[in-house]
Amino acid sequence: MIKLFSRRRFDMVAFRFHQYQVVGRALPTAADEHPKIYRMKLWATNEVRAKSKFWYFLRKLKKVKKSNGQVLAINEIFERKPTKIKNYGIWLRYQSRTGYHNMYKEYRDTTLNGAVEQMYNEMASRHRVRHHCIQIIKTATIPSKLCKRESTKQFHDSKIKFPLVFKKVRPPTRKLKTTYKASRPNLFM
Amino acid sequence: MQADQGPLPVQPFKRYVEIGRVALVNYGKEYGRLVVIVDVIDQNRALVDAPDIVRGQMNFKRLSLTDIKIDIPRVPKKKTLIDAMEAADVKNKWEKSSWGRKLIVQKRRASLNDFDRFKVMLAKIKRGGAIRQELAKLKKENAA
Repeated sequence: MIKLFSRRRFDMVAFRFHQYQVVGRALPTAADEHPKIYRMKLWATNEVRAKSKFWYFLRKLKKVKKSNGQVLAINEIFERKPTKIKNYGIWLRYQSRTGYHNMYKEYRDTTLNGAVEQMYNEMASRHRVRHHCIQIIKTATIPSKLCKRESTKQFHDSKIKFPLVFKKVRPPTRKLKTTYKASRPNLFM
Repeated sequence: MQADQGPLPVQPFKRYVEIGRVALVNYGKEYGRLVVIVDVIDQNRALVDAPDIVRGQMNFKRLSLTDIKIDIPRVPKKKTLIDAMEAADVKNKWEKSSWGRKLIVQKRRASLNDFDRFKVMLAKIKRGGAIRQELAKLKKENAA
């Protein structure tokens, strides 16, 4: 029996974007006693933002606003198997300087939150799209056979082997960092 | 990746990132720990495992590859990993290697107390004296 709480996790860095499940509905009125309940999975940096995003999207889909609706539940969704490497496909809609575009991107990561964070960083760097201009349409775990991008497919190799070409010389803690060094570092691995 | 190594007859690289490569963590919370590369996530990160930590991802920048490689399938179960590490005798190989020995000596030196440092000083003086005696003998023989 593996006792996970007694072993240390070292890679649970703080994700910037958390995945939330928000459940809400319009307020019951005399005309409609039991309004339909809608559930949405979305990414936000915190719960408050998640609820706000929920109303933003729901307004666009149904005739309901935050003022005449209620959030019934908001739960954070965590990764089921954070030790398993998965190929994530993310469908997104983003606003560029000239209009809206759809995109499909693939990422290899252990968690969906990690992949989404990679996506936001990549969109910002490659396309100069800030995170508020990105809407995630859909995410999915893609089996290796169905991956479309060469950059993810090149890691689908059970006998993967490559050398590390460039050794980054750095002190083991930031406290030991100095501006000047006595000798040039040897960068060969 | 492997196709690129075709035309070159001799590669300057001896240590490869591969499944089963033992690496030393050189930065961060797990500094100084020996871990095994269990899978490669992408160009910068590996899935890394050790007997007493939960399997997780680590950037290659935080890993220093060693010469030791063990024989494991891709992402093995914890028990398989521990058995493979025992079979390859990773711990002993590491402690006998010059890199491993240097780290042990560094750790020992850092953990000396004042009395130990006094003993080291006396031992150094004694060793220096013995060396100088031998040198004096050799000089006399040479002069003669």
